[in-house]
Amino acid sequence: MIIDHPILGPRDAQEFVYLGDASLMNRPDGLSDGIGAFHDYLYNRANPVGEHRELWYHEQGDRSWLVVTRNTLTHEITKVELARDVARASGRSR
Amino acid sequence: MADRLNALTSLGHSDPVTREIGPYRIVERFDIALASIACRRGRDKDFSKAAKGMVPLPDPAGSTQGAPYSSFWVAPDMWFVEAPFATNEDIAEELKRLFGDSASVTEQTDGWARFDLFAPDLAPLLERLCNVDFPHVEDGFASRTLVEHIGCYLIRRRQGEVTLYGPRSSAKSLLHAIETAAASVL
Repeated sequence: MIIDHPILGPRDAQEFVYLGDASLMNRPDGLSDGIGAFHDYLYNRANPVGEHRELWYHEQGDRSWLVVTRNTLTHEITKVELARDVARASGRSR
Repeated sequence: MADRLNALTSLGHSDPVTREIGPYRIVERFDIALASIACRRGRDKDFSKAAKGMVPLPDPAGSTQGAPYSSFWVAPDMWFVEAPFATNEDIAEELKRLFGDSASVTEQTDGWARFDLFAPDLAPLLERLCNVDFPHVEDGFASRTLVEHIGCYLIRRRQGEVTLYGPRSSAKSLLHAIETAAASVL
């Protein structure tokens, strides 16, 4: 599997480490959002057949976190973004 | 307290080693001072202004040679800076003075072991060592890569010259990996 890194171009997937669902970036505030929201964040995952946005870490490369959109049926990768850019686009400071 | 303290190389000797295996020459280097610089968030302008004419800031996956400072890209907004140890031993302090609070500077000199590889063509050796597509990347290419289990920085100076930086604590394992791969090419 080849991941088309937004800065470095196509790189072998063995250089990367997989973390999981990209929604992990949006951690709720454990004090103000309630125990229910935090429980969902910690334990509940969607397990979609088809497109899935997930976090990959370029450990043997530039150490960047990526949001990879991958089809779980075909393993086709349709989009790769820097997690930093995704977070900032959603209004976060970093 | 001893009267005199002698610095040892990463391999534990008083002098750097050189190995010749067929056409391959592996040269340990310990005459290079290293530091990393990372631009602080929102300080891009101050950072590039301070670097101008002093510290080259190559594009992603690149390296630039200069005097006294050479550098290679390691991550977004982050570079490793190299300089001769004899003249720039205190490289981190020099860079801190140069960049002020626009950059975070970390001394790296003794964190890494450096091996320079020479041969008419290094491709057969490097394709056994790591997954960098060596024949197709340009001179100056720099990337972090994996040699056996060791995370290294690889810099292609030219087709017949490569610099490998590996963690100092794994210097012997890294040299062994290079020697083994070189012997297997023959």
